Amino acid sequence: MILLQVIVSGLLMGSVYALFSSGLTLIWGMMNVVNFAHGDFVMLAMYVAFFAFTLLKVGPLLFVPLAAALLFMLGVVVYLGLVRHVVRGPPLAQILGTFGLALVLRYAAFWAFTANFVSLPDNLVGGTFDIGGLRIEASRLLGGVLALVITIGMHLILTRTALGSRLLAVSEDRSAAMLMGIRPDRMQAIAWGFGAASTGIAGALIALFFYISPTVGESLALVAFVVVCLGGFGSVPGALIAGLAIGVIEALSGYLIGAVYKDVLVYSLFLIVLWVRPRGLMGTS
Amino acid sequence: MKHWPIALAGFVAIAAWPLLVHDVFLQRVGALVLLAAISASAWNLIGGYAGQVSVGHSIYFGIGAYAALTLYTELGWPPIAGAPIGMVVSMLIAVVIGTPTFRLRGHYFSMATIAAAELARILASNWPLVGAAVGLMGPPRPRSVADLSFISPVPYHYLFLAALVALLGLTWAMQRSRMGYYLAAIRGGDRAASSLGVPVLRYKLYALLLSAAFTSLAGSLYAVMVGFIDPESALGILISVKMVIVAALGGAGTLFGPLVGAIILVPLEETTNALYGGSGTGITFIIYGAIIVFVARFQPGGIAEIWRKLTERRPTRVS
Repeated sequence: MILLQVIVSGLLMGSVYALFSSGLTLIWGMMNVVNFAHGDFVMLAMYVAFFAFTLLKVGPLLFVPLAAALLFMLGVVVYLGLVRHVVRGPPLAQILGTFGLALVLRYAAFWAFTANFVSLPDNLVGGTFDIGGLRIEASRLLGGVLALVITIGMHLILTRTALGSRLLAVSEDRSAAMLMGIRPDRMQAIAWGFGAASTGIAGALIALFFYISPTVGESLALVAFVVVCLGGFGSVPGALIAGLAIGVIEALSGYLIGAVYKDVLVYSLFLIVLWVRPRGLMGTS
Repeated sequence: MKHWPIALAGFVAIAAWPLLVHDVFLQRVGALVLLAAISASAWNLIGGYAGQVSVGHSIYFGIGAYAALTLYTELGWPPIAGAPIGMVVSMLIAVVIGTPTFRLRGHYFSMATIAAAELARILASNWPLVGAAVGLMGPPRPRSVADLSFISPVPYHYLFLAALVALLGLTWAMQRSRMGYYLAAIRGGDRAASSLGVPVLRYKLYALLLSAAFTSLAGSLYAVMVGFIDPESALGILISVKMVIVAALGGAGTLFGPLVGAIILVPLEETTNALYGGSGTGITFIIYGAIIVFVARFQPGGIAEIWRKLTERRPTRVS
């Protein structure tokens, strides 16, 4: 029974992992750029949620969309101001660009919000459910289910709408897309917006039940890399499955072999996947 | 070597620095500049010359630092005796990490190096032999000269200078050898290089071995000078990031780029730390981050590229 409990909480956490990782995989698959600041975007969204609650006294119903909107804007600005230019440069410039951004965001947060951990009150989203002996906190349930729905929604937008087709067209062949009257720059800015908005929603949702600190993004970024590599670069369904799997693996290893070694297991898994099957479980080429 | 008079003047200035300034803070900054230049120049071999951007070089730095102090705490040896052992262990680890990872291109390689280094940091934080999360202390007071424990930074300055000169000499020779051209080809593109007959994997590994050995040496020297290490100060991701930033600002893949980067960044870091104390670390990394964002956005070749453009002979106009 405890094992089942652990698996369920792993799945709920995993679905939030899946959400922000699908944002990373979208950007990555589309323009072959890794956003090393992805975890720090999540961190910013967590602070947006925290300050929206403490200063503006608004609940998750408002601060989740607020975080999504703010991070969408941040993503577009980062694309237009930085990424658009560094993708034309050498590989070192691409890595330095988003890595430098990560440092600036992380340490600016450190400076502005101090290193102290903060968190939202436990009872922000009412109590705990008891389903057939399983005890599930409402905040985790809300976060997990909402993240799952939005990840699936993102996949549907990418595969079933005209906008999704345009995004796909740009990632397949930039110049052909231009000949079809699609503006690659605008599409890539939108992709960055969506990618960042996914961290906005995910961050605001994790903030409901997770501690908030300036350096929290570091480990979350590594989780996102693991998920994206495991799921295949550019694949949202891959990210979903891999995200859930990582959530469960983390929870199980935390329970069975101790919390310290769950990161060891996840990072080792990451290296093994990179070495054995670099295109991921569901990736192509 | 078109600009050897400038290089010579620079060398003389660096060698004379601790004799010119009498302030201990400035002498210390001088030694730290050289130390940062050693690790960034070592990174430069694989990250700059071979173009394989490792963001996990802290693993080799940490091995060197831990080798030095573990030998002292466990066997009572002078810490510097750990340097060669750390270099050998680092090269072995480099083979283990490099062999599978070099098949990956670009970002994948960078991410694999981050994961490997984080793995090492977590393991060291939980391994009692190396002091776990608390870390290790060097000899509290020198037992003999072999402990290399000095109050003045000046002896360290010359120790580091010797190591840096050796490393840059080796890099210079490498640059002019067959290997230098192979690495330049690899940097231009794996596929093109291998289609020209360059044994890509083998030469990437050679570059990483050299790089790992000297990064490890830098780690040992750091442990010898500071006399205290913990997982964050020896294996933290910021150690790796600093090497990349120092090299990239000066000019990745150039002989003197990392040294120039260190001359600019280390005094900046030490000054903010001195001015703001503990919170200075935060401000330092905001500035570091901003600098590399600007380098990436406007001048990916670093200062070396600006220098090259300034000194390049303009083509004579044919009328």
